[in-house]
Amino acid sequence: MRIIVSILLLVVIILGITLALIAIPFGESIGQIGEHYIENGIKETGAANVVTSVVLEYRGFDTLGEVTILFIAAVGLGAVMATSKKSKDGRKNITPASLVVYTGCRFLFPLIILFGFYVFVHGHLSPGGGFQGGAVIASAFVLIYMACRGKRLSMVPARVMESVGGLVFIIVGLIGLGIGGQFLSNHLPLGVPNTLLSAGIIPIIYIAIGFKVGSELTGVIDNLIEESE
Amino acid sequence: MDSNLVINFLDNYIYYIGAFGLVSIGLLIILIKKNLIKVIIGLGILDTGVNLFLITVGYIKHGTAPIFSKPGLETASMVDPVPQALVLTSIVIGVAVLALALSLAIRLYRHYGTLNLRRIKEQKW
Repeated sequence: MRIIVSILLLVVIILGITLALIAIPFGESIGQIGEHYIENGIKETGAANVVTSVVLEYRGFDTLGEVTILFIAAVGLGAVMATSKKSKDGRKNITPASLVVYTGCRFLFPLIILFGFYVFVHGHLSPGGGFQGGAVIASAFVLIYMACRGKRLSMVPARVMESVGGLVFIIVGLIGLGIGGQFLSNHLPLGVPNTLLSAGIIPIIYIAIGFKVGSELTGVIDNLIEESE
Repeated sequence: MDSNLVINFLDNYIYYIGAFGLVSIGLLIILIKKNLIKVIIGLGILDTGVNLFLITVGYIKHGTAPIFSKPGLETASMVDPVPQALVLTSIVIGVAVLALALSLAIRLYRHYGTLNLRRIKEQKW
């Protein structure tokens, strides 16, 4: 009974969406906003990556909202996990990781961290940015948890970096309010496109977001791994 | 002749069909399955389908990434940057939402002893 009603509902939804979207052809340009951003992006923001200038300059306030959502999710997860029982000391029967994983972790961990830093520092020049670089850094810490079983890292520097990253974003926006008259206005010189020190405040914000997302996801992983041991 | 028509149709709409397929599979899983972990997996599939659909709408035929790696690249051959900027953060938020949902599932299991949604609904406090 439930299955039949669900399938009927699904058919109605799919029919409705298909009828609504027949009018959108695939592969044609449907918006003038995108064309305006592509043509004027490098002049107005100085960033060679147009997606970065959309995320941080034209729609910078929405990015602040999404950073807040990530923060709330991480805090909520910490609050839900903190009220469960502490782990008993059943640490004796944890099998250590194999030699391949352990050696691979020792070799790869600094390289992955370096790559994560590269991705979010060069967010305005090549594909990437704060969110992607932060996810790469969190994956390096997952590798450490997989290779060194039974041990845990202290999460105090991660919490501090997470809060400082969010504060830097807001402080840069407030300085823009003071200097330029608008929240998150671009008040540093735009520089020469395609160099590292260009695009005003965009690299600063992306570095802050990179640290924030990386330490946030690491904290989430630590909370969840603590559960299973 | 018939296969040419089918290939032409698929050429234009295969991405929409794929994204809608993922959305509908995710919706079916959420509506039908009894196990809470499977419902959360369905939530993840639904998230992936919606992100894929958003990027597909912004595609322009024979377009490349909107990055000016050399000065003076022609702007007519670049895809729309706005959907990519929106999906970028949406993917990371999807990860955070799934982590929160899984932590709530862990608490639910501790409290009720089962992950079967029908049985949880039947139990009284």
